[in-house]
Amino acid sequence: MQNLKSPLISIENLSKHFGEGETRVDALRNITLDIFPEQVIGLSGPSGSGKSTLLNIIGCILEPNSGRQQLDGETVYDGRWLRSDLRKLRLEKIGFIFQAHNLMPFLSAIDNVAVVLDLAGLSAGAARNRAAELLDYLEVGNRADAFPASLSGGEAQRVAIARALANKPRIVLADEPTAALDSGRAGIVMDLLRKVAIDQQAAVVVVTHDEKIYDRLDHISHLRDGVLE
Amino acid sequence: MNLAYRDVRHNLGRFIVTCLGLSLLLGVVLSMIGIYRGLIADALDLVETMDAQVWVVEKGTRGPFAESSRITLDARESIARIHGVRKTGAVTFQSIETENGASKLRLYVIGYEPGQLGGPQLITSGRGLTGRNYEAVADSRAKLRPGDHIQLGRNNFTIVGTTDNAVSSGGEPAIFLSLDDAQRLQFDLSPSATRRERARGIETTNPTETISAVIAQVSENASPDHIASEIRRWKHLAAMTQDEQSYILTESVVEKARKQIGMFTSILIVVSAVIIALIIHTMTMDKIREIATLKLIGAPDRIIAGLIIQQALAMGLIGFGLGAIFINTIKSYFPKRLVLQPLDGLGLAGVVIVICLLASLFGVYTALKVDPAKALAG
Repeated sequence: MQNLKSPLISIENLSKHFGEGETRVDALRNITLDIFPEQVIGLSGPSGSGKSTLLNIIGCILEPNSGRQQLDGETVYDGRWLRSDLRKLRLEKIGFIFQAHNLMPFLSAIDNVAVVLDLAGLSAGAARNRAAELLDYLEVGNRADAFPASLSGGEAQRVAIARALANKPRIVLADEPTAALDSGRAGIVMDLLRKVAIDQQAAVVVVTHDEKIYDRLDHISHLRDGVLE
Repeated sequence: MNLAYRDVRHNLGRFIVTCLGLSLLLGVVLSMIGIYRGLIADALDLVETMDAQVWVVEKGTRGPFAESSRITLDARESIARIHGVRKTGAVTFQSIETENGASKLRLYVIGYEPGQLGGPQLITSGRGLTGRNYEAVADSRAKLRPGDHIQLGRNNFTIVGTTDNAVSSGGEPAIFLSLDDAQRLQFDLSPSATRRERARGIETTNPTETISAVIAQVSENASPDHIASEIRRWKHLAAMTQDEQSYILTESVVEKARKQIGMFTSILIVVSAVIIALIIHTMTMDKIREIATLKLIGAPDRIIAGLIIQQALAMGLIGFGLGAIFINTIKSYFPKRLVLQPLDGLGLAGVVIVICLLASLFGVYTALKVDPAKALAG
């Protein structure tokens, strides 16, 4: 069991550049960041500042060039990836929430959540039970059989959050989760993320430009030209 | 959770339309194979209908189907006297065009001696020829019925019976006449032509002296090969067994048409493969964001590959099944015979499976190359 005071996400001197020589662009320079359980932190900055690159690296989608990264107490990067099965790592430890919710259009709300549990090896019945619980928890249980096309923006985002939480990840990465929502719905989504952080002892990282949710974040890290300010 | 099934179920209309389009394409491929088989069957049916074991034709020819052959009628008596020959028949063949009502009708006229070899094996309606003049038995594809009359040359013939599966290698339905009638039809000149020939001092030959071939059946203890060899050696005639005649028909007479259809079928299969590959690629590209999301949330490659391969196989097999049903339903409306054999169907199904697997590899490659970060892009 991890000490609750130890960071769930720990990044040390992480750097990432694209291209070489004259075309080299330093996307991230010596980033050091610790995010603890129950924290909901924001990453903001102008376009091209490196927010998405940092989120992709924390999500083990993009390989940094140097530095060290720990997720939930496990060192996953130290000059190179230390695990070959990064997709399994994502499945086990990380939940993703997208700006455009990215629900599978051919799956009902409950199946969109259950698919993650199915991938994790749960039986069909157990996966659907857990998915139904999550939808109830996020107050969209009444829309369990609806397909994404018939869900409102807020409902779809809640289903997407339910999917991100399906495997009880301790790390939740959200990319502009409120960009497509009005202030009321954006507030509800942020409250839900806060609830998740507390209930699941999770660290939530939100990439956002949305100033109306700044007051709901514990801390906002501003990125400019690949450097944390 | 079977994602391929869920996706198909959700987009059922589009999937069915795609399958229907593919079914038409595969139906055309199947019909080409059927036409190819029909061509061979048509070519062989006539030879089989004659129920001969040895064919005797003019020396130096491979008649009567591959080349023209003319021999004298007394050759039949001479063949009948060979030890080991059980039964013989004198036959003539010619193509003729006539009219049935308002439509043109091409017929393949077979003359034979009623009671001897060379007549239809099975009378499906009416009766066979009895030796009376101006009577005929027609293949059912001529669409003539007992009691119908038809003008052949200068004479009017009464249809007394019908038979099945008697067509020329060109697909013309056969009509059986007595040898005498057939010879007159083939060799009789019009009165004016006869007068002209006589004025030139040329006396017309007796048409009943000339036939196209003699066919023979041999005794149980005799070998057709041996009898054919004897005839070649002593009778100054060409002779071949039934197998040799069948070989000439399939490998020589219909060879070009066979190759043409075979080539066209091959091209169609290649076109089908390209179209299937494009459909699968498009289906994959339509799901690129979902595939990126699946990768991002941790779906292994086999789940993503399974999604594409299962849909490709389902599309191919359903398309093939619908195409096969479609062609089986309309095959009787084709002007020429379409022979659909179960083995050909299974073979094409196998080819479709291989095409779908190969085509889906392209889709799988595209899917596996998708960057999961694409899911995060707004």
